[in-house]
Amino acid sequence: MNILERFTDGWRKYRKPGYYREFDYHWAMTIDLDACTGCEACVTACKAENNLPIVGEKEFAKGREVQWIRIERYWEGEYPDVKLRFIPMLCQHCDAAPCETVCPVAATYHNQDGLNVQIYNRCIGTRSCAVYCPYEVRYFNYTDHHWDSPLDQQLNPDVTVREKGVMEKCTFCIQRIRQAKDHAKDDGRRRVRDGEVQPACVQTCPANALVFGDRKDPQSQVAKSMNDPRAYRVLEELNTDSSVVYLKKVDAKG
Amino acid sequence: MRYADVNEDIVRSIVETGPKYYIALATAGGITLLCFFFPWFYQLYYGIGASGMHHPQVWGTYLAGFIFWIGLSHSGTLLSCVLLLTNSTWRKAMYRSAEAMTLFSLMVATTLVAVHLGRPWFIHWTLPYPNQMEMWPNFRSPLLFDVMAIGTYLTGSSVFIYMGSIPDFAAVRDRTAGWRNTMYTLLSLGWRGTDREWHRLHWAYTFLAVLIIPLAVSVHSIVSWDFAMSIVPALHQTIFAPYFVVGAIYSGTAGIVTVMFVLRKYMNFEQYITKVHFDNLGKLLLVLSLIWTYINAIELFTGWYSGTSTEHEALNYKLFGYYAWLYWEMILFCAVAPLLCIFRRFRTSLVPMLILSIAINIGMYTERFLIVGTSLSRKYLPDAWTVYVPSVVELSIILGSFALFTTLFLVFVKIFPSVSMYEVKETMDVPGTEPTAQPEGSSA
Repeated sequence: MNILERFTDGWRKYRKPGYYREFDYHWAMTIDLDACTGCEACVTACKAENNLPIVGEKEFAKGREVQWIRIERYWEGEYPDVKLRFIPMLCQHCDAAPCETVCPVAATYHNQDGLNVQIYNRCIGTRSCAVYCPYEVRYFNYTDHHWDSPLDQQLNPDVTVREKGVMEKCTFCIQRIRQAKDHAKDDGRRRVRDGEVQPACVQTCPANALVFGDRKDPQSQVAKSMNDPRAYRVLEELNTDSSVVYLKKVDAKG
Repeated sequence: MRYADVNEDIVRSIVETGPKYYIALATAGGITLLCFFFPWFYQLYYGIGASGMHHPQVWGTYLAGFIFWIGLSHSGTLLSCVLLLTNSTWRKAMYRSAEAMTLFSLMVATTLVAVHLGRPWFIHWTLPYPNQMEMWPNFRSPLLFDVMAIGTYLTGSSVFIYMGSIPDFAAVRDRTAGWRNTMYTLLSLGWRGTDREWHRLHWAYTFLAVLIIPLAVSVHSIVSWDFAMSIVPALHQTIFAPYFVVGAIYSGTAGIVTVMFVLRKYMNFEQYITKVHFDNLGKLLLVLSLIWTYINAIELFTGWYSGTSTEHEALNYKLFGYYAWLYWEMILFCAVAPLLCIFRRFRTSLVPMLILSIAINIGMYTERFLIVGTSLSRKYLPDAWTVYVPSVVELSIILGSFALFTTLFLVFVKIFPSVSMYEVKETMDVPGTEPTAQPEGSSA
């Protein structure tokens, strides 16, 4: 294509209303709170898969933990009628993400797969995305990290190790998504089938509380799960259009 | 007093330097190095972990300091530009130093941004320059509006102060010899003092003054939008733009009172900076304090009136939570104490005004800290609520920023004439005429 064609084609594409909502795949996740036991296997799996830093006990106590998925705990009532509600919280990959607009160097953006992507080597560490995120799912590297041997041999070669001063967060295991897409392309240029790619947390959950897939595919498990009557989004009133849908836990009292 | 006396006094303040100045400069410079740069280098080596910041309080004293210094930078703009357009004569002795305050506050603020960043060696990526990555900065970001606004303000203020000083540089050139003469010959750009030159200077100066006023208002509004464009409950309010602008002018005026006191005392400017100036600045402080109090009350009222639980929680925390003592200290220093300026006796007594101005600035810094600290403590998800305590490194850097400002200012008083000679002469009686005659303005 010559330069004029490239310019006009691109222009035409960007002038169509809703162009930014035409995703190639639209990855989404549902979390069934009825099934979730709060065992934190997903937290561990995520840490193993994505080379999450071990910050140490002191730093964790100071609040500098890096847990791309965390289990939030809310206590209700007084002893002996204490009840604990917990909810796994991870990056919601909002289609109308507050964090994307505020980064001054465009280190975070929405890609064509519907994912909110963080570019580590562009990040200069203003931390404004963490301020703007209502779900508190963005984690900053306050220091350089190291892994005591032999944990350094456990690092995933498909994922970088972030240096101090950059922001990081859940990526829906984009390295696995990329691998699945590559595999599908090699396998006769087909689309990725439902169940072929699962982030580490989804793969590990013993209760199968997490379901992941392409919600553009109406036959996928996640699309059906999102239509469950129990489905809701956290902080829906903020209109962030999140891609993570929670299925409300049904109490015994009804 | 003759016209020549004015020149001699001011030039003497530049040329004659006693041991007290060198001691002051060495102290300020030493504290800057020790308290600002060394902790910052440690932080560059160790990471932002050297500060007390953590999840979710990712913004802390550095950003509060940044906003505080941008606020102080509004001093020069108010005194120099706004009062120029209202034809006040009492600004004439002070505005040069006020403009210098603006310039150096902006420089300190920009340095604090670099301190705040996680990877400040890439700070140039916020500037729109063509590069091999084919990446422009994100123009939708309020932080980038900041970069543009503050860059413009810095450029504008530098040009403004330099241009206004050209006749004074010429006066110093005509009274000095040696290396000083060479320096001021270069700085004064061949000023001869002809009618046409004065006319052009006056026109250009007024033009820039008119330009800088909306610039200053927009700069601090834009800085406030770093916060107001977020969805954080206590920050997402439309009052933020006027709140910050009023707060900036308020803290800037208090800063001027402090600097004027120091200048008057240590540079022997008793004839130029008089009780009338403090009287008028005191009236300004009173008005600004009342507006500031009103805006604070409105912020509380609209937050309460909204009825949203997150807003209520954030305001409750601000007034009665962990930082409540800071909040009430701020109210005491910034809303209650300046009411003393109702009394003329207070306004014209210098040391009480100095103490009040320092108290106001302490209160204003507290306000910035509270905006950053309490709002991030109480966002939407209660699981993430924590308390933020600044670390030693942070406090040292904030203290060091004052020392940095002082060092820059001390260097300034020995290069620039810190009182504008030609404008002061405009307020004097023309020699040889009756004292009741109107002084003829020497420039249009």
